[in-house]
Amino acid sequence: MEEIKASYPQLGNYCTPLELLFTEGFDVKYIVPPPITKKTLALGSRYSPDYVCAPFKYHLGNFIETIEAGANTLVQTGGVCRLQYYGELHEQILQDLGYRVHFVNMSKVQDTNPLTFYNGLKEINPQMSLQKIGRILPVVLKMFEYIDEAENFIRKNIGFESSKGAFEKVHAAFLGDLRTVRNKKELKSTYRDYMKLFKGIEINKPTDPLKVGIVGEYYTIMEPFSNHYLEKELARMGIVVDRWMNVTNTLIHYPKKQIQKQIKDYAEYPWVATSMATIDRALEFARKGYDGIIHVKSFGCTPEIDAMPILQNISKDYKIPILYFTFDTQTSETGVNTRLEAFYDMIIMRKETKK
Amino acid sequence: MIIGIPRALLYHKYKHLWKSFFNELGIDYIVSPDTNKEILRKGSAYSIDESCLSSKIYLGHVEWLLDKCDYILIPRFSDYSRNGTVCPKFLAIYDLVANTFRDRSINLLSYSINPKVTHVEMAAFLKLGKILDKKKSQSLYAYLKAKQAEKRAHLLEITEQERLLHESKLKILVIAHRYNIWDKYIGEPILNILREQGTVPIIGDIAPQKETLANYTQISETLPWVFNRELVGSIPIYKDLVDGIILMSAFPCGPDSLVNEILIRRVKDKPILNLMIDGQEGNTGMETRLESFIDIIRFKKDECHGRN
Repeated sequence: MEEIKASYPQLGNYCTPLELLFTEGFDVKYIVPPPITKKTLALGSRYSPDYVCAPFKYHLGNFIETIEAGANTLVQTGGVCRLQYYGELHEQILQDLGYRVHFVNMSKVQDTNPLTFYNGLKEINPQMSLQKIGRILPVVLKMFEYIDEAENFIRKNIGFESSKGAFEKVHAAFLGDLRTVRNKKELKSTYRDYMKLFKGIEINKPTDPLKVGIVGEYYTIMEPFSNHYLEKELARMGIVVDRWMNVTNTLIHYPKKQIQKQIKDYAEYPWVATSMATIDRALEFARKGYDGIIHVKSFGCTPEIDAMPILQNISKDYKIPILYFTFDTQTSETGVNTRLEAFYDMIIMRKETKK
Repeated sequence: MIIGIPRALLYHKYKHLWKSFFNELGIDYIVSPDTNKEILRKGSAYSIDESCLSSKIYLGHVEWLLDKCDYILIPRFSDYSRNGTVCPKFLAIYDLVANTFRDRSINLLSYSINPKVTHVEMAAFLKLGKILDKKKSQSLYAYLKAKQAEKRAHLLEITEQERLLHESKLKILVIAHRYNIWDKYIGEPILNILREQGTVPIIGDIAPQKETLANYTQISETLPWVFNRELVGSIPIYKDLVDGIILMSAFPCGPDSLVNEILIRRVKDKPILNLMIDGQEGNTGMETRLESFIDIIRFKKDECHGRN
């Protein structure tokens, strides 16, 4: 039998824990998906329906790139919005393009009992063992959390580093070393060592820096190429960037009940996808007196579009400026930068008048 | 007390149920008028730009009702259990309206359907009756009567469609959400053009739900949304009886963006036209597209007959 070489599309830096899950848990070779670039988007857009949301196009483009990098088994997850139906169309398009790959669509076993779900997972590798997955899963989950914690720290400090590129250098080394981790002990010590390094980086932070919170749709907020490296741009302007949305806070520890309670004044009923978290965090950033909020989403994302009237009300109620970005395949670099600079000028002026 | 009912979105699915329920209970209600340019203009003004056309129309109807009634009926649906999920819009619409019109002292009347926490339809209507100060027995009776009326109306639709299926004219299956195809402003013009062109439109959404839900997996296995399941499931039922298929969607419908592509790639033996309505253009562009689609079907049909 041909060796199984599996992959899942790139999202932020999460390919590192996924690699661990696939190799040690599912017992297959993992093809690290190529980073998301203009080429990914061009490929994805060419073969996708026009007005589907951008993450669909990125996924499709990245699937093609991973196939070209040697993958023969592709995995698509389920979800609660359009994502739930991505897999079936991705598979169809790839098949129509003539790619002969094994496509594992986890949507088929969504909302089923754990055993059916496991059987669905077994499509990746019929020989996989529950024991192996059980052994590695806690390490994988913890790795997601540590990556998120490290990146939270970076976002809040990278804008103030004394020597340019210091954080990125340590960050890259951290992600590189994580690839060799095989158990919790190694993971913990790697994390501890690198957090020390991160905290040791010399920064020059004013006592009351500008603070901006980012909220929005799952993919666009987490995949930096898809949001035109918005966070980097903000950091360059010397802003503390805060973002709650990540895998830890949604897939691993999602505080659904708490969120529902907190946003009661604005939303009576529970919503799907990331919209409730968007509202909840915007409210939290507003209450904490942040200088501004940036809302990001891909074009046509219904849950996030519906959250916008609420964000507008929060903006009015707490007098906090909110900048709305919609990213699609045509978004221009200059347009994003111009709006970002205008936003920056506005929040810095507000801050100075407050003083 | 007067209840306002927006003539948009799920009105087109539940109008019989709602109207007979309120009639039975002796509660006054008004329904906003047919969608027109002004309603769409107002709805768009109140909407986030990127919202779908159907949702913009909905807000336009809500706006029309604002000063004309005491409560506006806005039910909220989380999903239809085993039958499928709904577009996130339907989960958010209540709060969306409440937030959009927050400054215009709006009173909303709602019932929530959420099978996961046993908020089934009957329980929801009893609750609704309670809010309206009606006795449980009264509400139950009204609900059951309303259910009968709803069933009768559906049967009537089905019988009428059966009759149309036997007509000898060219028949076009229209796959469109009920709230789009029955909308006077964005849906009816299409049906009118089809009829003027001497064809008979067959409405996918009229097909009996039980059959459509048993059939959709022939085309798509993991389709999550119930309204799309019903539409996709109508294709195996009607396909051999019609000459062409029109997929009509409101820009930029999330579910349809994927489902239409699946249909175009998988339904190979009938001509398909993908028609996107954005409410901007006049009818001329659409007329031209529909005409040429029908011409192609006619041409193909003649060609086949010629050969035989």
